[in-house]
Amino acid sequence: MGASFTDFGGWEMPVRYTSDLAEHHAVRTAAGLFDISHMGEIFVEGKQAAVFVDYALVGAASEIAIGRAKYSLICNEQGGIIDDLIVYRLGQNAFLIVANASNKDVVAAALEKRAEGFDVEVKDESDSWVLLAIQGPNSVKILSQITSAPLADLKYYAISEAPIAQVNCLLARTGYTGEDGFEIYIPVESAEKVFNEIMAAGHDHGLLPTGLACRDTLRLEAGMPLYGHEMNLDINPYQAGFGKVVRLDKPDDFVGKAALAKLSQMPPTKVLVGLAGEGKRAARADYEVFVEGSDSSIGVVTSGALSPTLGFPVAMAYLSADFAEADTPISVDIRGARTPFTVVKLPFYQRAKS
Amino acid sequence: MINREGLHYTKEHEWLSIDGDIATVGITEYAAEKLGDIVFVDLPKVGSSTTYMKICGEIESTKSVGELYAPVDGEIVEVNDVVSGNPELVNHDPFGAGWLIKIRFTELPALLTHEEYAALTGEG
Repeated sequence: MGASFTDFGGWEMPVRYTSDLAEHHAVRTAAGLFDISHMGEIFVEGKQAAVFVDYALVGAASEIAIGRAKYSLICNEQGGIIDDLIVYRLGQNAFLIVANASNKDVVAAALEKRAEGFDVEVKDESDSWVLLAIQGPNSVKILSQITSAPLADLKYYAISEAPIAQVNCLLARTGYTGEDGFEIYIPVESAEKVFNEIMAAGHDHGLLPTGLACRDTLRLEAGMPLYGHEMNLDINPYQAGFGKVVRLDKPDDFVGKAALAKLSQMPPTKVLVGLAGEGKRAARADYEVFVEGSDSSIGVVTSGALSPTLGFPVAMAYLSADFAEADTPISVDIRGARTPFTVVKLPFYQRAKS
Repeated sequence: MINREGLHYTKEHEWLSIDGDIATVGITEYAAEKLGDIVFVDLPKVGSSTTYMKICGEIESTKSVGELYAPVDGEIVEVNDVVSGNPELVNHDPFGAGWLIKIRFTELPALLTHEEYAALTGEG
């Protein structure tokens, strides 16, 4: 397919197949098919599965209905973010926790450690599953050709077993692009067949195979954080704008609760904001942010690119809370040139809801 | 169609086409592919001077920033304004319409031949 690959945690992952921009636009206007098998699939099963996930993560897993999903975080005792996760409830006593590729071993190890004393089994099945994501407005049209599953009934952040191309898969209406779409968990031995049949079904609907490069610009436009950029162990959920994900009101103790309860009472000194610029020059990760017309440093860019959809540079940055209000003019040091940007609300891009 | 085998190269992935005392400079297909889709090109001003292996411009893709190193000492006599407005030309035609700058030079430094450059990039 002429793809260019990168090694990611042992999986060889496609960065791009042809053109980052063409792939980006395909997802916004038609559909794209991502191979994101590098993500970690960790299954938690057992009588105390819900109680355990409540203890191990900051969210309230026991409140998730069977067949639904929630965004969550796993924190350390200090309240630092170990990873951000999607938690799917597969059954009364069964959860699927999906971790970022770079963190899956750490997350699996932390979950196993935290499982001591609980009647649960934590199984890292990352090597047994291929994860494909079909994203974009034509996703339903394409997938409906090769499944009998009632796609229209599968709500956003829901998951169900479904035959895709005659292969039994887990089908979730989730994604990381800001578009409608599905993530499909496929047993590794059948993945190639499913990939090929989706591509064939999408042939007349503008479907392109899409790589990790455009996935990054898509998630950036959608204001979605990426671990290692907007989150790390030194960032707490309140700084990252995910205070609501932390359920301090859960009845029982959870890892990080004491620290997070304290942090929730203190206004964060730095917060994650969106930045929008003019022209074509992108503010990129690690560039320093300054008060407009001054040498006083107020923060640092965590992700940035020339937005393919919007045509102007967008970035996410941690700024001192005093400068985090929307419409605040600031400047970014782009390789020695102070360049004007404005603080804006996230996301940069939101699809028209049908 | 430019004859790539007759060009000079640098280890920073520029190519040079020499005509008298004028060097036309672009980046190689290898470099353009590594960068990905190029979305912004910042070229030096006509009349500015260049110093061998000093940065004289930038080539940005969606993912990263590439630097343009001056391959010779000299003076910029022309820049490709078409590329400034259509940076994707560097991807589509790096050895042709995607050329970047023309430099008047007095002396050519040691540059790589096509074979040497191909060996460097592992592409024959």
